[in-house]
Amino acid sequence: MSTDPSTSSAAAAEEKSNKRKSKKPKYSRFTQQELPAWQPILTPRWVITIFTLIALVFIPVGLAAFSASQRVVEVEYEYDTECIPDSYKDNATAYIKDDNTNKTCTQKLSIKSKMQAPIFVYYQLDNFYQNHRRYVKSRSDEQLRTKDKENDVSSCSPEDYVTINNKSEPIVPCGLIAWSLFNDTYKIQNKDKEVVINKTNIAWASDRTTKFGSDVYPKNFQASGLIGGAKLDPTKPLSEQEDLIVWMRTAALPKFRKLYGKIETDLEANDEIVVVIENNYNTYEFGGKKSLVLSTATWIGGRNNFLGIAYVVIGSMSLLLALGFLLLYILKPRPLGDPTYLSWNKNPGGLR
Amino acid sequence: MKRYVYINDDESAHDLYCDNRISNRKYTVLNFIPKNLWEQFSRFMNQYFLLIACLQLWSLITPVNPASTWGPLIFIFAVSATKEAWDDYHRYLSDKKANEKEVWVVRNGIKKLIQAQDIHVGNIVWLRENDEVPCDLVLIGSSDPQGLCYIETAAMDGETDLKTRVIPSACMGIDVELLHKIKGVIECPTPNKDIRRFDANMRLFPPFIDNDICPLTIKNTVLQSCYLRNTEWACGVAVYTGNETKLGMSRGIPEPKLTAMDAMIDKLTGAIFVFQIVVVMVLGIAGNVWKDTEAKKQWYVLYPDKGPWYELLIIPLRFELLCSIMIPISIKVSLDLVKGLYAKFIDWDHRMVDLETSTPSNATNTAISEDLGQVEYILTDKTGTLTENKMIFRRCCISGIFYGNENGDALKDVELLHAVSSGSPDVVQFLTIMAICNTVIPTQSKTGDILYKAQSQDEDALVQAAAHLHMVFFNKSGNILEVKFNSSILQYEVLETLEFTSDRKRMSLVLRDCQNGKILLLSKGADEAILPYARTGQQTRNFIEAVEQYAHLGLRTLCLAWRELREDEYREWSLMFKEANSTLVDREWRVAEVCQRIEHNLEVLGVTAIEDRLQDGVPETIETLRKAGINFWMLTGDKQNTAIQIALSCNFISPEPKGQLLSIDGKTEDEVRRSLERVLLTMRITTSEPKDVAFVIDGWALDFALNHYRKAFTELAILSRTAICCRVTPSQKAQLVQILKSCDYRTLAIGDGGNDVRMIQQADIGVGISGREGLQAARAADYSIGKFRFLKRLILVHGRYSYNRTAFLSQYSFYKSLLICFIQIFFSFISGVSGTSLFNSVSLMAYNVFYTSVPVLVSVLDKDLSEETVIQHPQILFYCQAGRLLNPSTFAGWFGRSLFHAVVVFLISIHAYAYDKSEMEEVSMVALSGCIWLQAFVVAMETNSFTILQHLAIWGNLAGFYAINWIFSALPASGMYTIMFRLCRQPSYWISIFLMTAAGMSPILAIKYFRYTYRPSKINTLQQAERLGGPIVSLGTIEPQPRPLIEKDVSTLSITQPKNRNPVYEPLLSDSPNATRRSSGTPFDFFQSQSRSSLPNYSRNCKDN
Repeated sequence: MSTDPSTSSAAAAEEKSNKRKSKKPKYSRFTQQELPAWQPILTPRWVITIFTLIALVFIPVGLAAFSASQRVVEVEYEYDTECIPDSYKDNATAYIKDDNTNKTCTQKLSIKSKMQAPIFVYYQLDNFYQNHRRYVKSRSDEQLRTKDKENDVSSCSPEDYVTINNKSEPIVPCGLIAWSLFNDTYKIQNKDKEVVINKTNIAWASDRTTKFGSDVYPKNFQASGLIGGAKLDPTKPLSEQEDLIVWMRTAALPKFRKLYGKIETDLEANDEIVVVIENNYNTYEFGGKKSLVLSTATWIGGRNNFLGIAYVVIGSMSLLLALGFLLLYILKPRPLGDPTYLSWNKNPGGLR
Repeated sequence: MKRYVYINDDESAHDLYCDNRISNRKYTVLNFIPKNLWEQFSRFMNQYFLLIACLQLWSLITPVNPASTWGPLIFIFAVSATKEAWDDYHRYLSDKKANEKEVWVVRNGIKKLIQAQDIHVGNIVWLRENDEVPCDLVLIGSSDPQGLCYIETAAMDGETDLKTRVIPSACMGIDVELLHKIKGVIECPTPNKDIRRFDANMRLFPPFIDNDICPLTIKNTVLQSCYLRNTEWACGVAVYTGNETKLGMSRGIPEPKLTAMDAMIDKLTGAIFVFQIVVVMVLGIAGNVWKDTEAKKQWYVLYPDKGPWYELLIIPLRFELLCSIMIPISIKVSLDLVKGLYAKFIDWDHRMVDLETSTPSNATNTAISEDLGQVEYILTDKTGTLTENKMIFRRCCISGIFYGNENGDALKDVELLHAVSSGSPDVVQFLTIMAICNTVIPTQSKTGDILYKAQSQDEDALVQAAAHLHMVFFNKSGNILEVKFNSSILQYEVLETLEFTSDRKRMSLVLRDCQNGKILLLSKGADEAILPYARTGQQTRNFIEAVEQYAHLGLRTLCLAWRELREDEYREWSLMFKEANSTLVDREWRVAEVCQRIEHNLEVLGVTAIEDRLQDGVPETIETLRKAGINFWMLTGDKQNTAIQIALSCNFISPEPKGQLLSIDGKTEDEVRRSLERVLLTMRITTSEPKDVAFVIDGWALDFALNHYRKAFTELAILSRTAICCRVTPSQKAQLVQILKSCDYRTLAIGDGGNDVRMIQQADIGVGISGREGLQAARAADYSIGKFRFLKRLILVHGRYSYNRTAFLSQYSFYKSLLICFIQIFFSFISGVSGTSLFNSVSLMAYNVFYTSVPVLVSVLDKDLSEETVIQHPQILFYCQAGRLLNPSTFAGWFGRSLFHAVVVFLISIHAYAYDKSEMEEVSMVALSGCIWLQAFVVAMETNSFTILQHLAIWGNLAGFYAINWIFSALPASGMYTIMFRLCRQPSYWISIFLMTAAGMSPILAIKYFRYTYRPSKINTLQQAERLGGPIVSLGTIEPQPRPLIEKDVSTLSITQPKNRNPVYEPLLSDSPNATRRSSGTPFDFFQSQSRSSLPNYSRNCKDN
């Protein structure tokens, strides 16, 4: 009734005026803002259904993820303190920095339950900021990819050039990341037999084929006075230096694991394995931790209970909300769109 | 300072004064780029973006590629500049149209047709009947032998009657041919805006006349935008041209308008900026501390022992850049785009097309649509805006008999026709007065039709009507009036004319009936000016009733009366009258007094009722908009009586018992002060009464009030929801707008004539009616509409939707920027507070410009309520007026939401992608995907109606996100090579994403549902009603019984506290639709429920106090 009176006559007069003078704008449902629209509103039925559905999906998925995570067998061994000889206990930094100390460290680990091949061997660092701004930017992807871009070291400072015979030579691979390459090594023996740790194909295939050039060879690496981490074999192209490739995939968190290799034989329960660690990497200076991790994997990856627990929690909360809203709906029904709630419709005296 | 205009001198004035080019343009081709850049950079936001972009050029501190800021920045500036250029181009086009209009001008002694823009000062311009005057002219010739011409000044001052202009005495009697060669000089003031004053002298050069100086007044001029009427031709000398005309000067320079919403957004941006600075400082200090304590030990970072002098600044600046996205650069682009679309929707709207002239509505200013939804005061012109500007005789009451009551048109009333043909003496006398008691001049056209030249439209209507009833006034020669009645010709000799003044409110003629030599006094005037002087013994009750009845119908009433004068009585009086007319001091008063002596003992014949047809739907529109909480002021150049009549007829004010009209008048400053104080006092008292109190003030008193008692007048303005200001000048209109604006009200000015231009430009929103008074107003206005009633749709539909949409869009823009920024901040805590960006440059740029902009842009199609519902429940506009949807508290909600979502996304990404999966690029993409999913669902949840476009934008955007990232993942050169393919193959990726979505959205859904169902806002309730209950027309039947009056009035006092409107709590809107529905039959009942915010008005705070 209070709609614009011109509405009805608009259509009729439209044709006439169109013929006469078409100043009138073109008609379309879009221009008149009259596109057919789906206008859902939050009815109790909808909302309770949604929450119930979330609960029904999330709780089983959570349980599945949790059990998958639980099936993963994981052996984690932190060796940074135990691999320091007693005489150096108070001065671990000096020990690790001294080239002449014996860094070999032999430890025994017991396998709790059967580990099926492939078993992934990781090293885990803690309190190591691979994501530090100064660090994470100190690399040259161009240089890593092609030989031609050997001199492209602009982003690598301070590990960009090295002075050899008074000449400034670019470092390949340049930058802090490559320079600080992790250099502990592990050997594992099971029942006095060497367990082979397969170190091929531990890096992403795409990195090996594309990001790291097969014609780029290490050059002037770790040649300056300050030695960071591992050295590289100058005869092998970067694409085959898989430890480097893995290391160069910087971690987002200060605690991270990187793949060291894979064991392609099963380890039985109660096996006592002997780990021979070359403890070279300096984590002592900044109070970092180093661990060796052996782990199997399932569809969800390594052991990580977080997703499973979170799913169950969210699922249960949804269930609670659904129940709560259902109760509220039954106990305190409230008609939707009741015009008496429009206060301009309300009877102020409360006579009704 | 004086200006010397040499008439018909082609060369001298060309360099001295501007030509007649009208220019409303802001830029020229040359100054566009510098001026536009300067303007753009005067906005804080743009300065900020420029600073950030410059900082990013420093690679040591930039977290991302500088292109990610420069790209959007340049794009934004290009878009804004293009829009400005486009607007300016349109202004240029409309100016051009006016400038290229062809006019006849004398050049080198020959009349030539030239473009209006080429008129120079001193040119002689020839006008033909119905031509628009192109510039300010001093008349020198006219087709009338007595040197008269008639002009319509409606476009300038809104007065619709024809005004007489006369050529100066010096030019009297110059031959037409000689006019081409006339030479002389006019000494006139420098251009000013006073349209009622022109003090100048003219001296013609020989051979025309001796070199006597002839004084000129405003009577000798015709001003730009007037129309020449009833005069075959006229010519004049251009004295002011182009933007220097009186109208051009009063136009003023339009200020760029900023919506209340923009101001709020700027304020919120400022708050975010402060927040950002705090965050940057805290993180900067933390970063430096971490660097000095921890990073020195982290050997692999290889910090140099000694850094440069600015070392301490580096980390804070890095964080500044990292956090710079908190203020979304995209908001400006998005807002500009959607505002452009709002304007287009107005242009396109078929329901706002004036079918008579098939003119569509037009939004000239594309930037202020949201303000339409926040209007609190509407200042409206009267003539041509509320009315159609056509007077028609509708009814009459002759000696107690009502004619025209049945069919609403007395001219078709059979009884009246019968009475006329039977020659009933009262009726004949009545018709005689209608026909001749006026100052109308009849002329016969070539075809034999009689045309009337009337100064007042009312008189015109009466004469026309009398002619219709066979009393044809057909000739006036000198003092003899000739009337033809049923083929017999009657002659009258006018002895005296007792002119109409606004004090006397009546006019009379003393004339001699040539048939029988009797002397008659014929009077017509307002009821209060006639009825008290009725002959003793005559019953006037009938007439009072008639007047009341007609007034209630919104008709303009006049009482007609007469009496016979004795010869000696006339002679005696005539002497006095002559004497009074020649007094020099207080002439007007003396004359009035003398007139009084003869205008008594009248035989009242009857009452006429004239309709100044209101435009269609005006009362309904005013009623609806009133219900929406908008106050109305009427500002008109017209007479007080007329204004009040119209105000009554369009529900503007209500007649006596319900409404009260307080008048502020006075001739002297002191009188005005006393009157103002009295009215103010009454107003303060009556605010608590259920009465619709309005005040009337005329231009004269207003001048004192504005200049000397501004404070008191401002208080009055705040107290009164309704006001009528009559006889106001264009600049006074603008001043009134200014007063309301200074009290922080959103004002909308609507008008149709050139006299409204300043008010339109001054107001927050200017609406022009593209009507018959030319296009001046429409050209200057922000919006031009064809009819007043479209205002309802403009405000309630377009304004409201625009407000709602922008409210969502702007807050959402902050939400999504804050979301990603918070994640960056959280990430900095696990990356050694070193200012590492978790996201790469491409993602950051695409996030703001692409992923999150597209879905939100389709929110311009969102409709929370259907148009019908809104128009039925205009009260809902309150939410927009009070700024309920965009204010610090709603913003805090969005802020909290983004914080919550950031926590969810961040925690889930770093926990799900921990240990061996914690690869930087992967974690970054997981977090980014989480943000994209969440924002898609947030948009979906805040969308009230999904059209196909919304579905496409929201879900298509989500798909687009994957498509784009797959493309990037396929490029070996990009940092993201293969990342997205790897992620999409991992079950844990999808599991994490769904977890983020569910964890992020379910609390929001739960809260929203709870509020929606158990604490619904009025909008929610109407939504539910509209979408569940089918048509909600039935709402009105909920409460059929009328409420007790007192109850209602008590309740209405507690409502709408306009400036104390708390934007957070539910409004206590009152004013039942039933009350108004019930009252729709009797229009006067309406204000009962309208009396509401009178008290709250009182509590409004005035800023300039």
